[in-house]
Amino acid sequence: MIIFRKQHRVLVQGITGKQGTFWTEKMIDCGTNVVAGVNPKRAGDLHVGVPVFASAGQAMANVPCDVAVMFIPPSMAKDAAIDAIEAGVKVLVCLTEHIPAQDVMAMHLAARRKGARIIGPNTAGLVTPGEGFVGIMPGHNPNVFRPGSIGVISRSGSLGTLVALNLTRAGIGQSAFIGIGGDPMIGTTTRDALQALDEDERTSAVVVGGEIGGAMEEQAAEYAAGMRKPVIAFIAGRASPPGKKMGHAGAIVTDNAGSYTSKRTALEEAGVIVVETPCEIPDAVSDRLIDLAETHGPVGDAARAHG
Amino acid sequence: MNFEEHTAKSLILGPAGIPVPRGALVATATDAKNAATDIGPCVVKAQVPTGKRGKAGGIRKADTAADAEIVAQAILGMSIDGFVVEKVLIEERADIAREFYAAVLTDFVAGRPLVLFSTEGGMDIEEVAARRPDAVRRRRVEIDEGFGDSEARAMLAGLDLGDVEKAIAAVLRSLYTIYRERDAELIEINPLALLGDGRIVALDCKFTLDDSAVFRQTDLAGAGAREKLTALERRGAENGLKFIELDGNVGVLANGAGLTMTTMDVISHFGGRPANFLEIGGEAYTKAEIALGLVLSGARVKSLVINFCGAFARTDVMAEGVVKAWEKLKPQVPVFFSIHGTGEDAAVKLVRERLGIEPFDFMEDAVKAAVEAAR
Repeated sequence: MIIFRKQHRVLVQGITGKQGTFWTEKMIDCGTNVVAGVNPKRAGDLHVGVPVFASAGQAMANVPCDVAVMFIPPSMAKDAAIDAIEAGVKVLVCLTEHIPAQDVMAMHLAARRKGARIIGPNTAGLVTPGEGFVGIMPGHNPNVFRPGSIGVISRSGSLGTLVALNLTRAGIGQSAFIGIGGDPMIGTTTRDALQALDEDERTSAVVVGGEIGGAMEEQAAEYAAGMRKPVIAFIAGRASPPGKKMGHAGAIVTDNAGSYTSKRTALEEAGVIVVETPCEIPDAVSDRLIDLAETHGPVGDAARAHG
Repeated sequence: MNFEEHTAKSLILGPAGIPVPRGALVATATDAKNAATDIGPCVVKAQVPTGKRGKAGGIRKADTAADAEIVAQAILGMSIDGFVVEKVLIEERADIAREFYAAVLTDFVAGRPLVLFSTEGGMDIEEVAARRPDAVRRRRVEIDEGFGDSEARAMLAGLDLGDVEKAIAAVLRSLYTIYRERDAELIEINPLALLGDGRIVALDCKFTLDDSAVFRQTDLAGAGAREKLTALERRGAENGLKFIELDGNVGVLANGAGLTMTTMDVISHFGGRPANFLEIGGEAYTKAEIALGLVLSGARVKSLVINFCGAFARTDVMAEGVVKAWEKLKPQVPVFFSIHGTGEDAAVKLVRERLGIEPFDFMEDAVKAAVEAAR
């Protein structure tokens, strides 16, 4: 599972903290089915209407959960992740940034061994407009997200928010937002997310918000080359000086690997439309959907909204 | 966080039992002479955190104490790759029979630790790997499985190392232990030398600590090398903010690395040049006041774009920080806002009422106006 659905039962690790509380309330308001929370010191409590357990293992023994979302500081993230994975949670949304690299490797290894999927670390989460969200995205804000047929993938929460906002203002709704995370070692890649949206029947086109650094956009381009659904991309970092780490650990350019040019070339060769600024995204999406409708018959509401 | 050679040797290799040459760290030519009197024929090595020391003339031999004084005099104060040499390491001259390369590092693509060994030491390992790929042995390790004697021996098999194979295997195992226990991103010995008398000694060492693990390596936290930062960048770092000065004149304040880079791209797209990179995403969103002070301290800043698209970062909290800083600093540069996402209603109201400024609906319009104003 990469696309969040309203039937997914959600476990919130670190539910009683300031951010855990704030975002759990937002998630519930948005329709997310939060069934359990974890805080070892508050087991037995009811917090924002959600039962709290001592561990993910304890929670799962009482209330089955499909997705765990972590509001956990970096020093405790590995143990919390392994707790959830060992308890049998199949999807772990890891919001935490700055987890030590060797802890991240241990988390990914545990997930691989148990057949679990990690989204992140350092992701802003998953949003499915009209169904709910997990994470720290403004999924509850109707100015930013509205239901529709465009899938959005982004490493960054802020850029993802901007992409969704621009689509919504143009009258184009979204089928799903997938935040894959800004860390250098993430469990779910752009390519994985692209494949999930390609296979999703409610998605008619995909927007990728990429960033310089790493090779994820290049790998996604290989998959995009075989897609019928239109893919539109914006790659952030064109004006960033080479060799400097721009906040996201992923966003560092060394030599040519991971450069703006390398990504843009790979995507364009795969038939992806790469736009110059984020405000060009809505027009690019509707143009491509209209083209596709003329060739293959109607697809989704974006073409209608702009057709 | 990078470490200079002498720190890596004394704090990392020494305690792990990996032999290093006898040496002394000095800051003056006189002390260099005194150290060389004690040590004998030596190598004088600039202590700066960069791999370009040798080519820049920062590593030189000295046969006598008088030579050491002259050489140290020449090296101290040199600028190598942007770092001024303040200290040199006076190290006993090694009688080198063979040079090897050994390292353990994080392979971010594979998501595993990677152990490297080569019989072609003393050179840039990337060059060796490109020229003679078979000369570099690689072994990826599962993080929970460890790297023992049999793994080390398997890596070295067929390299014809003779008697010294056992000692090299021990060094590889020690390096892996260091990697794990000290949260290394990279621990590298190049060259790892076989001396004429049969001993194995680490002649150089590079250690990079994972910045995210500093909290549990507290004894190393203060020992890291200087970073190449401007005064303002240092002020940013001291306040936990990633701030990079650039050569343009349009100041940027945005939340999140992705949105900040995007704002810079759009500035450049409309023919302007960003004056800085500064993002206040994640937990840093509460630091808008300090952040704005930093951006405005840049002498070249002629206009400013403030672009918030709040997900985790609450735009109301960021806007409050900006307004406070603005009222305190009373800057003369024109500022152009675009504010959306979490907390936007309160944020827009605040900017409108306290600063009398109307945010733009599209960031592109805010950027265009800022680029225009900076001309």
